[in-house]
Amino acid sequence: MSISDGRPAIIFADVWKSFARHAGQLLIRERVMHWIRSQHPERFYALREISMTANHGESVAIIGHNGAGKSTLLNLTTNLCRPDRGRVEVNGRIAALLDLGAGFHPDLTGAENVRINAAILGLSRRQVREKFDEIVDFAELRDFIDEPLRTYSSGMNMRLAFAVAVCVDPDILIIDEVLGVGDMAFVDKCRKRILEFRNAGKTILCASHSTVTLLDLCDRAIWLDHGHMMEHGPIARVVAAYKAAMMPQAAPAGVGV
Amino acid sequence: MPQLSRVAEVGQTIVFCGLSFSGRKALISAILEVSASIPQSLEIMWRGDYLYLIQNLVIKDFKIRYRNMSLGVLWSLLNPLVMMGVLTFIFTRVWPQPAIPHFPLFVLCGMVPYNFFTVAWLTGTTSIVDNAPLIKRVPLPREVVTITAVLSCCIHLAVQIVLLLSIAILSGKGFNVQWFWLPAMWTLEIIFVCGLAMMSSAVNVFVRDMRYVVESANLVLFWLVPVFYSSDRIDKRYVPILDVNPVAALVISLRKILLNAEPPAAATLLKLTAVSLTFFVAGLIVFRRMKPSFYEHI
Repeated sequence: MSISDGRPAIIFADVWKSFARHAGQLLIRERVMHWIRSQHPERFYALREISMTANHGESVAIIGHNGAGKSTLLNLTTNLCRPDRGRVEVNGRIAALLDLGAGFHPDLTGAENVRINAAILGLSRRQVREKFDEIVDFAELRDFIDEPLRTYSSGMNMRLAFAVAVCVDPDILIIDEVLGVGDMAFVDKCRKRILEFRNAGKTILCASHSTVTLLDLCDRAIWLDHGHMMEHGPIARVVAAYKAAMMPQAAPAGVGV
Repeated sequence: MPQLSRVAEVGQTIVFCGLSFSGRKALISAILEVSASIPQSLEIMWRGDYLYLIQNLVIKDFKIRYRNMSLGVLWSLLNPLVMMGVLTFIFTRVWPQPAIPHFPLFVLCGMVPYNFFTVAWLTGTTSIVDNAPLIKRVPLPREVVTITAVLSCCIHLAVQIVLLLSIAILSGKGFNVQWFWLPAMWTLEIIFVCGLAMMSSAVNVFVRDMRYVVESANLVLFWLVPVFYSSDRIDKRYVPILDVNPVAALVISLRKILLNAEPPAAATLLKLTAVSLTFFVAGLIVFRRMKPSFYEHI
């Protein structure tokens, strides 16, 4: 499964994803009661009938309101959960930046965290040794790399996480709303790196609220609303449609253009 | 069947004791790679260095736990020493039993495997649920989380084995060539616990009572495994069934090796190997079947 196979990078074919409401009851007692009474808990539909294809070299943005299903879509791509119906196919190596805190531990130093996260993202021992300096230099954290992570600011955390993900050299980079925290200089650096990615034929899947960043980075977009795919296509068109739909809520305040 | 047990003995010796450290590491790596390719239907396979990942996660666990403690790992000596002291006192002074020579060493041969098994199984069982943030947000092969939890108990185990061997030497039972059986037997034991932990950790995600089931099973196990009594006292009919339990098999074999300088019985070894590998494979299969639904239930 590599870029040269000719298959698209990401395929979603008629994907549905739902979650059980009130998934908190997990004791034997409650399960037996449910079974006796033949109850089926209601389901919350996070994604309905999503079909999309991302070819290698494309960068796709996912926009939508909170709770629209953006994170669920990204989770399905990275195989954190499986669809109820339909098929998700991914061809290529993935590096996912879904949650800055998850792979990191505050008590360990930056260097230790880099090694752990590089291993989680799939690098071998030798590759980590080779890329370590590259990662630290990209993050511009050479002075702090041996300090425990709890002394880092959130911007520094983000720089470290991003540096590890980018230096893994994945075929597909998946980002979930984490770009916001960096300072302008670093966001610019990330932008340049992501553009290099695109030019190298890698795929990017990015979910964000900040349409400004996305307009810059991505060429296609998908607009999700309550799990439905409202619009997909060139990013300018989709963002315009999204804004037009959101605007009526701002109108009553009489705010100008 | 003397021929079969002889073949088993020879085979065991070649495969485990004959392998160098890197050979054993390569074998484990191969097992992990092969089991990774057991069809997971449409699942996207994680590509990377399994052993390096496990090593990193185990070291991470160790560092986090002991970074700020002064005596650190030495605390793991406390429990076996205390139990050894108490049980020796009870069974030699308060309630004397037919003389078992070197009673402290005898008891320790029971306590070390039992301690490791109970702690490792319980830690493994709760590993998925305890690491919920990691499971939900970071794509990595989830079996690694459970196996890491079991392997991080091995650090305590290593300290306790050093204690065991030291007490063996101090009791006058010096080093003997049978000690070379120890790495193989402990490896099998660890494989057994990994398999069991994978099964129970998967079930624990859906039925959170599982950890209490495990805790109760461990309580019963204290009596089923001949920790403080000798397996000679059990009715001869039950002894072959007794050592199907890998913990009991290990305890009995440890006593043979350390106290009597005898090799472990071939039948026991065969059962240990068979049960350990069966549980490991079964654990992997159960875990893999239940893995896709973890996300919704953590």
